[in-house]
Amino acid sequence: MAQATKKKPVAKAAGAPVSARIAAQAHFHTLRLGTPFQPRIDALARTQDWYNWAGYRAPHSLWDEELEYFAIRSQAALFDISPMTKYRIEGPEAEALLNRVTLRDVTKLRPGRVHYTAWCDDEGFVLDDGTLFRLSPTRFRLCSQERHLPWLLDSAVGFDVIVEEETEAVAGLALQGPTSFAVLRDAGFAGVERLKIFDLADFPHDGGPQGNTQVTISRTGFTGDLGYELFVSADMALSLWDRLMTSGDLRGIRAIGYTALNRARLEAGLIVANADFTTAEHAIRADRLRMPDEIGLGFMIDLEKGHFNGRRAILEARAKRKLRYVLVGLEIEGNIPAEHAIVYHKKAHEVGLVSAAMWSPMAKRNIAIASLARPYGDTMVEDLWVEIYAMRELQYQKLMKRAKVVARPFIKLDRRTANPPADF
Amino acid sequence: MTSFDAIIIGGGHNGLVAAATLAKAGRKVLVLEAGSEVGGAARTEEFAPGFRASSIAHLLNRLHPDVVKTLELEKHGLQFGRADFMPSVALSKDGPPLVLHGAYGEVLTGASSSEQSAWKGLRAQLLRYAGILKPFLYRRPPDLAGMSLLETVSLGQTALALKKLGKEDMRDFLRVLLMNVADLLDEQLTDIRLKGLLAFDATLGSHLGPRSPTSLLGLYYRLAGETDGAAGAQVLPQGGMGAVVTAIRASAEKAGVEIRTLAPVAKIIVEKGRAAGVALDNGEVMHASTIVSAINPATTFLDLVGPREIDTGFVRKVKNIRMKGDTAKLNLALDRPPQFTGVDAAGHKGRLVIAPSPDHVERAFNPSKYGEFSPEPVMEITLPSLADPSLAPSGACVLSAVLQYAPYALKEGWDAGKPKFLKAVMAQLESYAPGIGKSVIHAELLTPADIETRYRMPGGHWHHGELQADQMLVSRPVSGWSGYDTPIDGLFLAGAGSHPGGGVSGAPGLNAARRIIAMKG
Repeated sequence: MAQATKKKPVAKAAGAPVSARIAAQAHFHTLRLGTPFQPRIDALARTQDWYNWAGYRAPHSLWDEELEYFAIRSQAALFDISPMTKYRIEGPEAEALLNRVTLRDVTKLRPGRVHYTAWCDDEGFVLDDGTLFRLSPTRFRLCSQERHLPWLLDSAVGFDVIVEEETEAVAGLALQGPTSFAVLRDAGFAGVERLKIFDLADFPHDGGPQGNTQVTISRTGFTGDLGYELFVSADMALSLWDRLMTSGDLRGIRAIGYTALNRARLEAGLIVANADFTTAEHAIRADRLRMPDEIGLGFMIDLEKGHFNGRRAILEARAKRKLRYVLVGLEIEGNIPAEHAIVYHKKAHEVGLVSAAMWSPMAKRNIAIASLARPYGDTMVEDLWVEIYAMRELQYQKLMKRAKVVARPFIKLDRRTANPPADF
Repeated sequence: MTSFDAIIIGGGHNGLVAAATLAKAGRKVLVLEAGSEVGGAARTEEFAPGFRASSIAHLLNRLHPDVVKTLELEKHGLQFGRADFMPSVALSKDGPPLVLHGAYGEVLTGASSSEQSAWKGLRAQLLRYAGILKPFLYRRPPDLAGMSLLETVSLGQTALALKKLGKEDMRDFLRVLLMNVADLLDEQLTDIRLKGLLAFDATLGSHLGPRSPTSLLGLYYRLAGETDGAAGAQVLPQGGMGAVVTAIRASAEKAGVEIRTLAPVAKIIVEKGRAAGVALDNGEVMHASTIVSAINPATTFLDLVGPREIDTGFVRKVKNIRMKGDTAKLNLALDRPPQFTGVDAAGHKGRLVIAPSPDHVERAFNPSKYGEFSPEPVMEITLPSLADPSLAPSGACVLSAVLQYAPYALKEGWDAGKPKFLKAVMAQLESYAPGIGKSVIHAELLTPADIETRYRMPGGHWHHGELQADQMLVSRPVSGWSGYDTPIDGLFLAGAGSHPGGGVSGAPGLNAARRIIAMKG
């Protein structure tokens, strides 16, 4: 028995990769983390209207949803995007890895550029969409809605590359709206006027141009407006916030919550994972899975670039006409938002569902994004209707409204892409 | 340069069977073998001057009858009859051994009469149930995503066979299917020698003990094999296992197969999701529209194809195939034939098994779970030179044994562990064949680490992947890709890592070739 009870050194080598993965996913241990900007946001949060964004405490609104929305369209809106999942992907084969994982051709993404992309599982179903920042020839930042570390690590097998979660280490802000350029210029980010849409560059912050004292600014956003996104190491977050707030004071800068941003993105025709489609790892029901072609992301697929995850399945689905859904923009008669309304053909046959809808103050149209079962929305676009249940003093008023398939984005603002960006 | 329709990677017996089958269907086939000789782990090799033994596989008990027929192996000198069937001898330290004669114990001697009749009942039941599984264990697994009419019909036939068992028997079949072998034996038998032998046979070649759930499947797998039409029969090929490979090779070459040895493939060339050819490690490139990999599935995808040509989910599955061998091989050159206590001359020509009881096998298994070898290993011994004197110098003797348990990932490492394990093995042998130690001229012990290096079998696993319920049938080598085709168009798997699994059966090679022929048609 002595032998059996004798303590033996535990073999650590085999368990190390597993424990490293667990350690890298620390977000499980604290529910609703605060972001690096939390002290500032808490101070502004009059509505105390919070939601859970990827484990972080994030505001739906801070003071007034309507006015927050108009801050995006008329002033400058500051939105904390720190909870967005961020991965550092770096190494000689980072480009090759990302080319294999994501749909678009990463060799065409130049250093200092950003593109919107998506990635699929083996069956060609979309795992997530996100933005890919090429910080240098060998260094990338992948931003997304969901967590993907195990997937990325398993994808990295056989590639000379480091994949690291940097969600907590890197704080992010979206500064969006017509005065956003002027705010940055006045804050002293010299040269920011040279950023064209989807460009990025590093700027000094807190004096020194080295290391942690850099802020990465990209001319990107989720609003369809003139706007920028700023990334900085978490310990520099508050000073960056203050710098922007100070310089933006006279240009109407306002902190906003997600409700306002969600309206702006809908006008811009942008989709949200797990709102407008269900990501493959979240879907429980087999018919909820979506291929890129089924959610309007087919344009990303590059069949010429070499192998990428899901290529075989996507090719087969296209060849065998197995694509079952289509995501469309709708314009609906009247002014009652058709949120989560059922879409009908000839007012009788159910063909889909609205995933996001609003009366657009900018477009002056009643707009929506909907997923329809093909051929509706694809080759059959006539005679579509939505059934809106409008609650009127504890009674539903059922409205059958005509819906027209229209192009996205619903609004197109010249200031989004104008060079140099306009001074307001 | 000659062009080929198909290039087979790996000249193991499955690669050769696939090559011969394709060539007989009119394909122009090239086999590329990394080693200096074909045959893989089914060769006959000289391990000491004048002494030859079968490399790893030393007993033939499951060569697929369709392989024999398709390749006309009987014409090429491979013929077995009932007279060749070897008995299995369950050795005992303190008493006479128990012997299973004929095809897996048609007659049992050395046991009480009540045990004999119990065995008769159990044997009939085991063979009946193995017979139900046999079509599953031979054919291409059903394609769950899109089953063809033929597949549906053959599944229906199995259902019918199951129905024919009768209600009670069918229920019992389903009850015991995933049982552990020890519990089933305890239900029906009393003699621990007999139970020990069956427990050993059920777990041979896998990382399971007799009390591990599903261990009974291993016994079914063995009994689904046949020789000369008799299920469970085993023979020692004259000239060692290499003779089987020689016959298969002769058949392949007669059908026009070209074989190149010392031609290790470094890369499978993939263009736009399609296999286009192979590159050898000397840089030579060869093109063919069909590439058949009869080597390990993990090696095929992770090394030769490379992860960047396949999807992440598939890489995950391939990396998760469990293939750490737990079995070692011992070849002894003896200056005279050994004398196992209580065993007669006929018995010495049989398969001698040291597995005195299910408990003993289980205890031998226990340390392997924690990265240690069995201090009292269980083993299967043959003395092939007794029936085939060409294998040893006159008067001398070859002992070939398969040993368990010897975990691939030995905690102390095999450099340090190997001499200790050999000592444990020799001590075990000495107690059953006193004096054997002194007659050893040369001992060659192949641990899983040695087997990995010498035969290019990752993990040193002779099945190229654990043969357990979760890695069988539609899940072999990985779920979704059990039908010999792969996510790379034009690339097929044909080795033991594919369904049904290892052992000298030729079934994976034959099924893969048939699949390729059917796809083109």
